[in-house]
Amino acid sequence: MKDEGLNLIHVLILFSSLSLLSIGGGNTVIPEMHRKAVDSYSWMNGNQFADLFAISQAAPGPSILLVTLIGYKAAGITGAVLATVAMILPAGILVYLVSRLWSRSADSPLRSAIERGFAPLTVGLVLASGWVMSKAADHDWRAWILTGACTVLCTTTKTNPILIVGGAALVGWLGWV
Amino acid sequence: MSEAAAVKPSLLELALTFNHISLASFGGGLSAWSREVVVVEKKWMSEEEFLSILTMCRILPGANQVNVAIFVGAKFLGLPGAFAAVFGLTFLPAVLILLLGAAYFQYSHVPALQNALKGAAAGAIALTLSMVFKTGRKCLLGVIPWILFAATFFLNGILRWPLFGVLALTAPFALLRAWPKNKSK
Repeated sequence: MKDEGLNLIHVLILFSSLSLLSIGGGNTVIPEMHRKAVDSYSWMNGNQFADLFAISQAAPGPSILLVTLIGYKAAGITGAVLATVAMILPAGILVYLVSRLWSRSADSPLRSAIERGFAPLTVGLVLASGWVMSKAADHDWRAWILTGACTVLCTTTKTNPILIVGGAALVGWLGWV
Repeated sequence: MSEAAAVKPSLLELALTFNHISLASFGGGLSAWSREVVVVEKKWMSEEEFLSILTMCRILPGANQVNVAIFVGAKFLGLPGAFAAVFGLTFLPAVLILLLGAAYFQYSHVPALQNALKGAAAGAIALTLSMVFKTGRKCLLGVIPWILFAATFFLNGILRWPLFGVLALTAPFALLRAWPKNKSK
């Protein structure tokens, strides 16, 4: 663990710069994370990176917590904390400033056009992310039946979503998907 | 709009609420969870405000859901609110994912867990699709919204265009259509 100090510096530089570059969401800089963590710094091999990615997608919380895992592998708990803060803070400050502008511009025509006009685009993007998620999770026909049943349940009834996802997890745990 | 409809939450309530949203989202589907809690349950934002913020949060750098937490937290309680919401969103999940990661590096794989996560992912995709139905029912009224919706999905989901390319094409039409007619500035 003699490299830990150097690794911490690399973690800090890597994630604080990727933070502001992650335009369009954390997933857009994952190829660059892979390149650095696997090829440049040899913190892990490609299979491990892919597995950590899968864990971060499925585990509760924002999938950007992938960086927590990378930081942990690179430099222990300190690395995990540093990676998480470095990834969130620079972009977070920018977003905070934009959110202030947004709340101050309640009467501007641009804000009202965004509020009334963007909804169809957002719904399209949400559908696209559901589609991409199903591709990433390698959905086969059994998983699609499960997804279809859960979608009907969630859209037409007032079932608590926790029960739906929990039930689906149980079905998976039993080995049926 | 329904700007002041909701009671202002405390810092603790912001943190707890985003913690709740975050922990509920195993398998993914965080956007659907945020909407469920922020719009439907807590009524902190109108559907329009939430959906427009969601797309802005995608455009801005940073993780989308962290950005949503910042917007919601800052709307009510400024900088401390943003901190509380992001802390709630990330702290416990970060601890959890570290435990999962440590277990992974110890045993290299956990088959039953992987199966359960696969099932959870199928459920989370269902939540996401159902969000599409629920919000689409309200905002896809008319031919042009449908075209904008379908084009955005097709370019981003099927052709995998980057977000910027997609919005550069669709956003101008969306804004033009929704621009307020009476110029009041």
